[in-house]
Parts: sequence; structure tokens; C-alpha cells
Amino acid sequence: MGEITFSDAICRALKEEMAKDPTIFTYGEDIAKQGGIFGQYKGLLGSYSDRVIDTPISEEVIYGSAVGAALAGTRPVVEFHFSDFLFTGITAIVNQVMKIRYMSGGQGSLPIVFRGPDGRGKSAAAQHSQSIESIFMHVPGIKVASPAFPKDIYGLLKTALTGDDPVMIFEHKMLYGFKEEVPDEEFFIPFGKAEKKREGDDVTVVAMSRMVHESLKAAEELAKEGIECEVLDLRSLVPWDKEAVLESVKKTGRLVTVHETWRRCGWGAELAATVQEEAFDYLDGPVLRVGGRNVPDPFSPPQEEFVMPNKDWVVKEVKKFFA
Amino acid sequence: MSILERDKMLEMYETMVRIRAFEKRAEELFLDNKIPGFIHLYIGEEAIAAGVMAHLRPDDFITSTHRGHGHMLAKGADSKPMMAELFGKKTGYCKGKGGSMHIMNFELGVLGANGEVAGGLPIAAGAGMAIAMIKKTDQVVVCFFGDGASNRGAFHEALNWAKVYNLPIVFVVENNCYASTACTHETTSVEDIAVRGQGYNIEGITIDGNDVLEVYETAGKAIKKAREGGGPTIIEAKTYRLKGHFVGDPQKYRGEVEVKEKWPGEPIGRFENFLREKGVLDDVSKEEIWKKYEAEIEKAIAFSQESPYPAPEEALTDLFVDDTGYDY
Repeated sequence: MGEITFSDAICRALKEEMAKDPTIFTYGEDIAKQGGIFGQYKGLLGSYSDRVIDTPISEEVIYGSAVGAALAGTRPVVEFHFSDFLFTGITAIVNQVMKIRYMSGGQGSLPIVFRGPDGRGKSAAAQHSQSIESIFMHVPGIKVASPAFPKDIYGLLKTALTGDDPVMIFEHKMLYGFKEEVPDEEFFIPFGKAEKKREGDDVTVVAMSRMVHESLKAAEELAKEGIECEVLDLRSLVPWDKEAVLESVKKTGRLVTVHETWRRCGWGAELAATVQEEAFDYLDGPVLRVGGRNVPDPFSPPQEEFVMPNKDWVVKEVKKFFA
Repeated sequence: MSILERDKMLEMYETMVRIRAFEKRAEELFLDNKIPGFIHLYIGEEAIAAGVMAHLRPDDFITSTHRGHGHMLAKGADSKPMMAELFGKKTGYCKGKGGSMHIMNFELGVLGANGEVAGGLPIAAGAGMAIAMIKKTDQVVVCFFGDGASNRGAFHEALNWAKVYNLPIVFVVENNCYASTACTHETTSVEDIAVRGQGYNIEGITIDGNDVLEVYETAGKAIKKAREGGGPTIIEAKTYRLKGHFVGDPQKYRGEVEVKEKWPGEPIGRFENFLREKGVLDDVSKEEIWKKYEAEIEKAIAFSQESPYPAPEEALTDLFVDDTGYDY
């Protein structure tokens, strides 16, 4: 067991599965020679030079080609460079990748993995900072995950690389350097399973990606004041672990959802709606939502800070239950 | 003329007749409200599918378009599940989930008709990558699309991509003079779309797409080149859309005279004349061929009409491999 970074965990999962399956290949912009725009694939090219491929800046083909590659018997792993650029080739994903298996009446499988960075925090401004996972929860046709820890990106990516369905994995750019101990033995983490990161009886806090870390900090601070939060890391969004969320809410009677993406129509709203439908009698108050402010991402550091949720936002929201 | 050439010619003629027989009945059934949705007919363009597909192996891939019945039939589709799909029946190739515009069969190497103009180009690029760069087989991909698609970004991205990686793809642009209701020469910066290949260092050839022998010869060279590692080619097959964009199209953008003048140039009659001159076809054999395929299509229609619709709740399956009716 050794300490590895989030980036190391991605490369480890890729290398292990590429060694086992010669049909897995990965491509995208700046990933081979440069080793990723944040250096996150350092060393990957050296291991599999013919299966780590730099591409032209041609997003519609980068994304849409995955369909042809998968149907022709390979397992493409597509790096989308920045989540923001998914919009550049969005038709290939929404109208092709997310529909073709269904439209075909379920002929064969469509093993495609899309993955890459998202999120705010580097003053990357409005076109390099967006978190857009909720969109892929709204439109049916792709499994979605956004893990917060190295062991989770490793385990979820391993599952994606050996699965049969299209998958979209968002990796927060501020987490690539985050380190933790990860077991040396290989393991898999299924989609649709949340992880309880902290036990508590007073309030359920459901978060994903970088906001899990902020929520845990908030929970620590709230504990000092006698408020015990149960923090759930959702890990994947499609499917999402409804059972785990309902079970926790039935215990605590209170729910706060926390995401970095815009508060308006973010996935927290879907969770809130579901919980009030299915556990209304257990609730001691309204479901509260923490989410980014509803503006494009500003460049200037104090402004970026102002629109992006952090632990203080979570603390403030939780305290509303006890005001 | 060798026996081989004779057989190949008859095979292509039969393919064209089979497509025409299918499309004529599909049109009638649609107008009779038996087929739901929209259908786009391939009438007048049959020589392209027949001439190209005559060179393909079962394990080669094609991507098709919203006007894709002809491609699918020529790649070896069974007319029964094909017609049943148009009816939206459970026995259709896609169990009724795709319909005319999305008909596909992965076993036949048909990676989809496509409701999106230029939607098949990125898919063809990916199949080409898988073949040439990962699996390293000698399969090829033929990517069919229309003149309208050549004005979309995906066309330009895919051509550059195919050349950069030297992929075994033959791009076949079926220039039928209309992109939906827009006249191609009013909406396209070039007279011959094949010249756009030059911008990507790809060989481009413009041919008469209503001459099946010219299609056969040109496609044969391009497919051989692709199979042998010579990279992509773009073939522009000039043709004419004798029917509306979709069945029921009021066609306010063109006059009846224009269409009437184009009918004598349609590919089946032209090829028939050639085959008669060569002594390959006569009235008797012609009638036999037509009857054979008309009978096949009637059987396909009867099969479709007798087939059940899929259960409504089956709408919740087939999104993911392991789903069994779960509403994700």
C-alpha cells in the first residue's frame, strides 16, 4: 500500500487494463507527447506508444469516432481535454454515443470511456472551468461519475474499462495532485454506489468530486458545535445511489446537497425532488442545496472565489436547520 | 465479356431492382398511413449503393444516412426485418426503436443510418482507426453521405483525420442536387464536392453516379487502395433525387418539369439498355428479375403486417447492456 496521486491512479488503472486488453486505446488532445495538459498522464506514452494517440483539435470526430471504434471491436478511451469542450462536439455525444445502442434495439455493446478534467479553481475563466455533469444526468444514455479520491477514480475507471456501456468521468482539475494510500491489489468500484465518508445523526450531506472535501471540512467544523453530519460521497451520478441517500435521510431527517456546478437545475435539485417524493414524512425541514452561483465563471481570483462553493457555504446551509 | 463480368453486372442490376422494388412499396405504404414517422427514398440513386457494395466483404463496414434503405439492402440486409423496422414492429432490425432513419445492423457491418446530416462521418473515422491502428486488419470502411453533409464541420474534421492517420476509408458523397429543400449549387461553394478532398490532400474523383459501371470501377479502385494501406479517397457520385426530401414533401422549391426531365437519366433504365445491347438481359429475364424481387418485398410486407408491435414497457430496455426495464 502506497500513497499515490489522483493522476497516478488514472494512469495505473489505464496501464493495468491496457496490459490485459490489447483493444483498449486512448486518444485526445495533448495526451501522448505532452502527457496531458496538467501532466496527468506522465509515463503513459512510454508504456503503450501505439495506443496513446495525440489527435487533431477536432472534437466532433474525437467524440463521434468512439462509436465507430467501439462497434468495430475496440475499447476507445477518449480524453476530452476540458469538460467545456464537450460542447464543441456535443452532438456526437448526445445524438450518437448516447443513442446508438438504444436506437439499434440493443445490438451489441458500446464500451466507450470519456474522461477528463472539469471544475473551477485555477482562474481558468468561463471557457475552462465549467462543471457540466448534470447535463449528462438529464439526457439519458451515458453513465456518469465524478470521484473525489484516488482510490475511487482508480476503481471506477477499472470498472468503466472493463464494462460494456458508454461512461463519462469528470475529474476535478484541482484534485489531480491529491494523494492518499491506495491498496496495491487491483480492485473495482461499481457505478451507482455512494460511500459514507463520515457518520452522523443530525444532517445528511451529499456531495461529489471536490465538494466532498469541502463537505468533510464543514462537517468537522460543525461537529465542534455539536452538529453531527453524515457525509455521503455520491461518486457516480448515473446511476445514483438513491437507496443510500434515502436510508441516511430517514435517519437524520435533514438533507443538504453540495455541488460546484450551478445551483440552478444542478443535480442537487433532482436529489431534492426525489427525496421529498420518497421520504417526505421523514423530513424535518426542506432539502437545502449548495451550488455555484448562476453566472459564467469569472476570471479575477476574488470573483472566482465568490461564485464557487466552499466549506463555509456548507456550514452556513447546515446551520439553517438549527436557526 | 467474361462470365465473371456478366455475373457481376447481373448481380448489380438485381441489387438495384431490389432496392427500387422496396422503395416503391415503402412509398405506397407510407402514403397509405401504414408506415409511421418519416421516410426518405433512395429512388434514382440505386446505382451508387449497388456499384460500391459489389466490392465489399461481409466484414467491411459502412456508415449510412437518413436516405439509407438502399445502402442497407445492398450490404445484404434481409428485407423482412428491414421492412418490419419501417413499420415499427418488434421483429424489425432494431426492434422498432430506430425506424427508417436509424436502421442498422452491426453484424452486417452497417454502423447506422443516421438522422443527423454528417453524423456518420465521425463514426466512420473511428471504425477506420480501430481497423488500421489497433486491430490491424485489412477491413475497409465506406462512408456514405450527401452533398449537404459536405457543408458541415464534421465532414472537414473527418477528412483531415482520415488523411492524418492514413485510414482505410472511402468517402462516398451522393450529390443528389438537394440538401433537404435547398438547392446544392446555391448553398455549396464548389461545383464538384470531390475537389474539397484537395484541401485535405485526399484524392477526389467526381463521377456519374447514375452509371453503375462507372461507380463500380471507381469504387473498386478506391476500395482496393484503402485495403492495401493507401489511405482514404473521396468519390463524388452525381445523381438526382427523383423524389421529395421525404415522402409527402410538397416540393415547393422545384418544378415538376425539372423532375420529369431527369427521369430518363435514372440509373436502372440506363443500365437495362446497356445490358440489352450486351445480350445480358432481355424482356423475359427482366420480367423474371422484377417479379422475383417484387414477390420478396410483398413477403416482407406481409411479415411486417403480421408482426406484433413491441410492448410499450420495452421502451425502458436497451439503453445499457445490463438494463432490464429500469428507468434510469
